[in-house]
Amino acid sequence: MVYTAFQGLFSHWWRHPGQLLTLLAGLALATALWSGVQAINAEARAAYDRAASTLGQDQLSRLVRADGQPVPLADYVALRRAGYLVSPVISGELRGDGARLRILGIDLLTIPPQAQAPVPITGGDIDIGQFLGDGMLLVNAATAAGALPADLPPLSITDTAPPAAAITDIGTAARLLAQTDPSYLLVDPDQPAGLGPLSDATDLVLAPPTQAGDITRLTDSFHLNLTAFGLLSFAVGLFIVHAAIGLAFEQRRSSFRTLRAVGVPLGQLIWLLAAEIIVFAVVAGAIGVALGYAIAATLLPGVAGTLRGLYGAQIDGTLGFNAVWAIGGLAIAVLGAAVAGAQALVRVAKMPLLAAAQPRAWAIAAARTTRVQGVAAFGLIITAVMIAMWGDGLLAGFACLAALLIGAALALPGLLALMLRGAERMARGPFVEWLLADTRQQLPGLSLALMALLLALSANIGVSTMVGSFRATFVGWLDQRLASELYVTARTEAEAAEIRVYLADQGLILLPILSTETRLGGAPADVFGIADDATYRDNWPLLVAAPDVWDRVADGTGALVNEQLYRRDGLRLGDTVTLDPGPNLPIVGVYSDYGNPTGQAIIGLSLFRETFPTVETLRFALRVAPDQVADLATALRDRFDLPTDSVLNQAQIKQFSLEIFEQTFRVTGALNILTLGVAAFALLTSLLTLAGMRLPQLAPVWALGQTRSTLARVELARSLLLATLTFGLALPTGLALAWVLLAVVNVAAFGWRLPMHIFPGDWLQLLIFALIAAALAAAWPALRLARTPPAALLKVFAHER
Amino acid sequence: MIEPTPLLQLQSVSKGFVTNEGPLPVLRDVSMTLLAGETLALTGESGSGKSTLMHLAGALDVPDAGILQVCGVNVAGLGDRARATVRRDRIGLVFQQFNLIPSLTVGQNIAFQARLAGRYDRTFTGELIVRLGLSDHLTRYPEQLSGGQQQRVAIGRALAGQPALILADEPTGNLDEATGDAVLDLLLDLVATTGAGLMMVTHSGRLAARMERQLHLSHGALAAPVVD
Repeated sequence: MVYTAFQGLFSHWWRHPGQLLTLLAGLALATALWSGVQAINAEARAAYDRAASTLGQDQLSRLVRADGQPVPLADYVALRRAGYLVSPVISGELRGDGARLRILGIDLLTIPPQAQAPVPITGGDIDIGQFLGDGMLLVNAATAAGALPADLPPLSITDTAPPAAAITDIGTAARLLAQTDPSYLLVDPDQPAGLGPLSDATDLVLAPPTQAGDITRLTDSFHLNLTAFGLLSFAVGLFIVHAAIGLAFEQRRSSFRTLRAVGVPLGQLIWLLAAEIIVFAVVAGAIGVALGYAIAATLLPGVAGTLRGLYGAQIDGTLGFNAVWAIGGLAIAVLGAAVAGAQALVRVAKMPLLAAAQPRAWAIAAARTTRVQGVAAFGLIITAVMIAMWGDGLLAGFACLAALLIGAALALPGLLALMLRGAERMARGPFVEWLLADTRQQLPGLSLALMALLLALSANIGVSTMVGSFRATFVGWLDQRLASELYVTARTEAEAAEIRVYLADQGLILLPILSTETRLGGAPADVFGIADDATYRDNWPLLVAAPDVWDRVADGTGALVNEQLYRRDGLRLGDTVTLDPGPNLPIVGVYSDYGNPTGQAIIGLSLFRETFPTVETLRFALRVAPDQVADLATALRDRFDLPTDSVLNQAQIKQFSLEIFEQTFRVTGALNILTLGVAAFALLTSLLTLAGMRLPQLAPVWALGQTRSTLARVELARSLLLATLTFGLALPTGLALAWVLLAVVNVAAFGWRLPMHIFPGDWLQLLIFALIAAALAAAWPALRLARTPPAALLKVFAHER
Repeated sequence: MIEPTPLLQLQSVSKGFVTNEGPLPVLRDVSMTLLAGETLALTGESGSGKSTLMHLAGALDVPDAGILQVCGVNVAGLGDRARATVRRDRIGLVFQQFNLIPSLTVGQNIAFQARLAGRYDRTFTGELIVRLGLSDHLTRYPEQLSGGQQQRVAIGRALAGQPALILADEPTGNLDEATGDAVLDLLLDLVATTGAGLMMVTHSGRLAARMERQLHLSHGALAAPVVD
């Protein structure tokens, strides 16, 4: 019996394969966008964790020299002879042929087990003889497949190697990097009993374990935005699924009654329908996960480039398969389908067996609920405003976003109906009156697709505005913060003195930059000392400032703090910030410091030197004519044998930053287009479904003297009209979304706020895209209408008889 | 002589609905019986309660008061699942609007209820299809048939499971007179063949006269039949 009943239900899909395709495609697309974004995030996070756990960095303390120079071999030997369990590591970067590779040389005999070196001293697949003898580099597959410097020892692939790095024996590393002294010593946490503290046994500085959180925090903003985008895309996809399931249920309404009349119990009918939805969800989810993988694999190189450039996070540009997100993708597909199908199932459950047949009852019910939706929308938008005004924290930010978007989507049908009703009053001529009234009558059937379009357009405007604001602000900020043309970092105080003399001889202005780690307000922070110079006075961007801010900083009677510290500690101008060690200083200005998770303060150079006398002046900003920058940079590198990174060209940094943003734009642009495509698909499927139901409404107009091609053109125009009106409502929604992202979510999550920039040119472009999408969606149904044989239209009257 | 089995027994059955204007009694104190192999016409004006009585008889609804037994089962006390079983196994329904499943072919529609009930007999159904004159239309879909053909499919579906009770709600109401007569001939012929009991709702005195018995409903109560 179950089989027969299921056959009766499922036969609908055989007769309407287009609807089945719509349902599966909607769910698959929704899942694809969601799981694609999740795959990118999962891959990036896994890479951060791998990088952070390289040689146990996240668990082991390290002994380093205070000046950052290599640890003398003699110090290492002395510590070992005294009985301390320390292990040398030589770390450095190998460059050549446009490629870079981080080399990590380890000593297999002494390395602590917590370092989880990927080379077991016994057993395992790696040729220890080769590793210790002629040399071997352990790299992961992605690193091996990428560009590498020339003349490397043989490579061996191991999954546990960190991205863009090679692990090798310390002897091999010493040869490759031409460095004999260890870069640092790993400290075994289990030291032999009876030994004194390490700090008493050496002058080296004990650095605590580093946490993955450092990179994670920096990149969280990026991933949060991607996740928000994925969620929005998924919501748009769900609208398609909801529409497809709703329409399929509506079309089968009479069949459900018949099935029940001939003896299928209601409970069984519900279970069969639920099973049908779950089967579809699993099939579509699997397709979606595969598509998501393809999307992620396509976008990951761009994302990797963005993260590497913006935050220095090393991510392989290739995607690994992760069962967790694949199962997660399937689960969200099933959950989404369940949410989308729940309402339809409830309707079937409540459907009276004996109610008179109501053609388009689903649409009629939707029209009836428009008023309820309007009230709910009003409530949600008021809630969003209240949360934005008085809410606090990340949760409030997301609640505000959700209330705003759902409220806007729910308000759409009612607002469109109002606009169309207004237009009807102004309409002249019976045909236009009919067109507007007919469009209004169609709204219930199209409302879900239009809501999907609204969400897609809002997300597009919101995210584009956010990313665009980020780019505009960040580039502007770089222009100001990197006001000097060249930045030079010396390795030692002696070298710094030589560089100073060399540059002074050429009559160039040097602005020393000193910094040290300290504590501000009880939390770890950085303090910078800067010279009193017009470069800062004229260019440094300040969010708020006292009138005499630069004089106060220069004479040591005031400090600047970054936005993060300012917001985190709820500070105001004039409040006191305490340097530890150091004096209490009133805050005289606040500056933006994007991407930095820690607090920061800037004080005058003299005060800095008094407070932190041991900090050496190794870094300088140089003012130099732009056309001399390249030559001077080359001369400095050549004369003092400085590494490339030690002489930074402001123009190059800015160019690099812009390239990163272009990559980010490509990623968000691709997601934008995909989301819009999904919404257009929703519109197409709704129009196609409605087209089949609309003949009885169109046939009388045709009979009264309109040609089929006129009616088809009107269908096209109607779609464009609705898309334009929807865009009109999406614009304020998208801008509100951007504002919430920038002013509420970003501040709650990261402590800094971005000013919002608007891009009207982008809106115009998006409107054109939306109109193209709407025209494409309406083209097929319109063409079908234009080619409808008159006999099919006449049948309407025959049936009526 | 063995007494014919009562297929349908109503004793003092009442049924009403709640409307915006207040309670609306539709059936009042109705008592009747339909025996196996018997044909019965139920007539009455619009709104007299014919369809409501038909729905109660089909276990599609339950009475507010009284006793309703369908094939010996007291339907009034049954839940949805049990009533569905009664409909599936004991009753064949023929509707004015045909109510075929549009996505199933003619052949699938005819066999549908019989297969649900686990009573599908290929030979019987094959003969039925021949008698219904639908042999050439088995792979077609309902929308591709005329009204008369669709009603024949509905009759085939109702009879294929060889139910004890056939309930027909104005089965010729959507058909022209000639087609209606042909469909009714076929229905009566098939019912006689299977030995089922038939209760048919109709407005037409002419069609009602072709049944063995006639009952007339007026304002929800049984009255003397009026024949044209």
